[in-house]
Amino acid sequence: MNVYLLSPAMSLCGLAIVVILLDLVLKRKWILGAVSVAGLIVPAAFTLALWGREETSFNGMLAVDEFSLFFNLFFLVCAALVILSSMDYVSKFKAFQGEYYALVLLAATGMMLMASTRELISVYVALELTAISLYALTGFLKDPKSSEAGIKYLLLGAVASAVLLYGMAMVFGLSGSTHFKDIAAAIPGGVLDNPALLMGMVLLVAGFGFKIATVPFQMWVPDVYEGAPTPITAYLSVASKAAGFAVILRVFYEALGPVSLDWGIMFGVLAAITMTLGNVVAIAQTNIKRMLGYSSIAQAGYLMIGLAAVSALGRSGLVFFLIAYALTNLGAFIAIIAISNKTNSDLISDYSGMAKRAPLLALALGLCLISLIGIPPTAGFMAKIYIFNAAVDHDLMWLVIVAVINTAISAYYYLRVVRVMFLGAPTSEEAIPSSGALRTALSVACLGVLLLGVYPWALLKIAETAVNVFP
Amino acid sequence: MDFPYLSIIVFLPIIGAILIALLPHADPRRIKLTAAFFTLVTFALSLSLFFMFDQSLEGAQFVERASWIPPLDAQYFLGIDGLSLPMLILATFLGFIAVLVSWKIDLRVREYFAWLLVLETGVLGVFCSLDLLLFFLFWEVEILPMYLLISIWGTGRKEYSAMKFVIFTLAGSAMMLAGILLLYFHGGTFDMMELAGMGLEGAISTLLATAIFFLLFIGYAVKLPVFPFHTWLPDAHTDAPTAVSVILAGILLKMGGYAIIRVCVSIFPGVSQDYAVLLVALALVNILYGAAVTFRQRDLKRLIAYSSISHMGYVLLGIFALSQVSMTGATLQMFSHGLITGLLFALVGLVYNKTHVRDITQLGGLARRMPIIAVVFSVAGLAALGLPGTSGFAAEFLVFLGSFKSTLVDGIQTYAILGIVGIVLTAGYILWLLQRVFYGPAKAQYDGVPDADRLERFTIFSMVAVIMLIGIYPAVLTDIIKTGVSPIMASLGL
Repeated sequence: MNVYLLSPAMSLCGLAIVVILLDLVLKRKWILGAVSVAGLIVPAAFTLALWGREETSFNGMLAVDEFSLFFNLFFLVCAALVILSSMDYVSKFKAFQGEYYALVLLAATGMMLMASTRELISVYVALELTAISLYALTGFLKDPKSSEAGIKYLLLGAVASAVLLYGMAMVFGLSGSTHFKDIAAAIPGGVLDNPALLMGMVLLVAGFGFKIATVPFQMWVPDVYEGAPTPITAYLSVASKAAGFAVILRVFYEALGPVSLDWGIMFGVLAAITMTLGNVVAIAQTNIKRMLGYSSIAQAGYLMIGLAAVSALGRSGLVFFLIAYALTNLGAFIAIIAISNKTNSDLISDYSGMAKRAPLLALALGLCLISLIGIPPTAGFMAKIYIFNAAVDHDLMWLVIVAVINTAISAYYYLRVVRVMFLGAPTSEEAIPSSGALRTALSVACLGVLLLGVYPWALLKIAETAVNVFP
Repeated sequence: MDFPYLSIIVFLPIIGAILIALLPHADPRRIKLTAAFFTLVTFALSLSLFFMFDQSLEGAQFVERASWIPPLDAQYFLGIDGLSLPMLILATFLGFIAVLVSWKIDLRVREYFAWLLVLETGVLGVFCSLDLLLFFLFWEVEILPMYLLISIWGTGRKEYSAMKFVIFTLAGSAMMLAGILLLYFHGGTFDMMELAGMGLEGAISTLLATAIFFLLFIGYAVKLPVFPFHTWLPDAHTDAPTAVSVILAGILLKMGGYAIIRVCVSIFPGVSQDYAVLLVALALVNILYGAAVTFRQRDLKRLIAYSSISHMGYVLLGIFALSQVSMTGATLQMFSHGLITGLLFALVGLVYNKTHVRDITQLGGLARRMPIIAVVFSVAGLAALGLPGTSGFAAEFLVFLGSFKSTLVDGIQTYAILGIVGIVLTAGYILWLLQRVFYGPAKAQYDGVPDADRLERFTIFSMVAVIMLIGIYPAVLTDIIKTGVSPIMASLGL
């Protein structure tokens, strides 16, 4: 047992506790945010120090490999950007500022563990650690909308957890083990003549499907996204979803690898339905957070193409898409946070003429929306090319056609926001102020989006190494 | 690696755009001078390539290659051959002209010129890329600047037109992307030269080859535009600001024609031959339908826009007549039409600026008020209808001569003769237009309307000079174009 392997998660958890304790003694609360961001360097340093290792600990429950280390960094960057963009927002709270940051950090701890476990029970525990922190954060505003979002998320999340546990129980019953390695060795190579395994697999997909917001477990998304504090919406849409995909990659490749043909098809069908539903419903939205909620459902559909294409290319495509999506969506939400801090409105119509009131914010939001469509030269384009290529390579031409048609549909509602911002008449002449922290976070996201759009190779290489740990 | 001429040419405009965006003082004059400087240098550089270009060689020159996305085998691969060099010169020249034409813009000047320069980089990248993915990347760069340029600085139903442009283009790009991916998957590379040389058609089923050909073709047909994908064009042209119309007609449409030759015909010579009759018939519809609709137009700008559709039909005819001469003619026609229609749009812009009227029935007798504009308009109009001594004549003559003599397409002679009817129609609407707008009795309401000023005269005269130069000595370009066309002819067995 090598506790050192757990150091990134432990130091992050420790940071959360430090922030809570500091909250008790500090008068100037902005320091809490600064400490949270600066403190992230510690787990990041531990992660980098572990880079290149391939070991397991705690009886094979915890894996330290390039996949988990990559996702450690991924979640740390997400958490950093979310905290930076929360600082203005949180400073309006009268109390519980320390708890807010601590919960964000604890959720990140859970996500890190989700990407590193190799055993069903610890998957479940890590998932709940993330989920419970996020339930609390969703209801953090304590106004009716936020509370409703929190309770809805909690209730539906509990149902999903139950479904997931049921699925795990079935898989355990069939294979006699909760360790991925042993499950893979025990299960037969086809599910159609084994209804219990099929059932278990479907239930697992359903349970994880809640996390990544795929059809038919997407109905919580719009309400929760609308009600939650906007930085938390960003966090949910990016980090929580990425954690879901990380754990799916682990479970399905490592434990259910022998039946990959079957779940590949399942994810393919789900991908097609999810992206179509997300895009079609997004068209009708008038609230930008709801619109991005449906958009994130659609993006989950594109991401699942990487699962449907069961190959190294599909996996690395998925991971690269996650990076691109994370930067893009965070960028979009940070711009929205900046704008709504001033206007107190999330209606798309209130973005009218934003290009005149806040030219840089409008340009940044426009760039991110274009990347969400997948127009070059942005990260979203490269991610789509790469994941589509994986699908074509896997003979999933029909899925690519569906995805391409969906991309065209999505252009309509994303560009509508661009149009309102650049062409509408401003509702007031007041400029939109933004803090240095917000601006930093936004520039990081936007530069990342552009850089990945013209030179994706560096990160593609990392994505490829990360997924090479799977057979 | 040699001096990276092409990279510099492609990225110089966007560097200018960034500089303009960062200029500390938003003095409009300084912004305009910066834009003019960058486009002029770009033009001068591309002209220097013209003199350095080795006409005895086939294939790409000034090649720059670097690994870009290794897992996809995509490369940063630039190069120009006899097909792309004329397009590059046209695009850089019109880029400079577009800045001059925009000199009187006073709304959000900084943004306007920045977007105009970004647009130019996208277009130049399309003409220089020899890697399909890079090509596609540049192809898409143009959408956002066009959308903003039309919808902010346009007139009339500008937002509707801009959106329509975007939707058509995106739909076309989606098809093209599917085609490119299929091509990549079956050919294993994005390298256009390699794809053209590997005889891919023989290796895959005819059905698949046909499917890829038409996916790509539709993507480019939207741009050219080919009937029935043309409906975005009149709207976009009519509502765009003058300089954007110049660029749209002068360069953007040519991306379609260029890509059809460069990608569709080069990679799928066999499919091109199989479907040549169909495509030539489509070209004829373009020519005749376009011309017929042009007759009915009352809006000056819309009229020129529809005439573009008709003229792009000649390009399509020349390409799919599949002979050396006709394809050379088609490329020359793209160059020539870019200049002529660019000039016509610039002139329409001048007329509108000075009279604030675009309705042909309300104009009349302007020749007395603005003799220079009237004369240049007449010259441009005559060039459009193919008067000898202008580039229009040289290009259209080559297209018809080449088509008539083509041996690969059944019944091409009939189509060629029918196509010539298009010229008669062109003569009809151009002369009628000149008569209604410039001649006849002077109208009192246009008393005191000024003629072109010095800058405007310089702009339009320089365009006339190039039109005349190509008309009198077309070999200056055709010799170069031939080196680009020959490899395609070789793959067709000619």
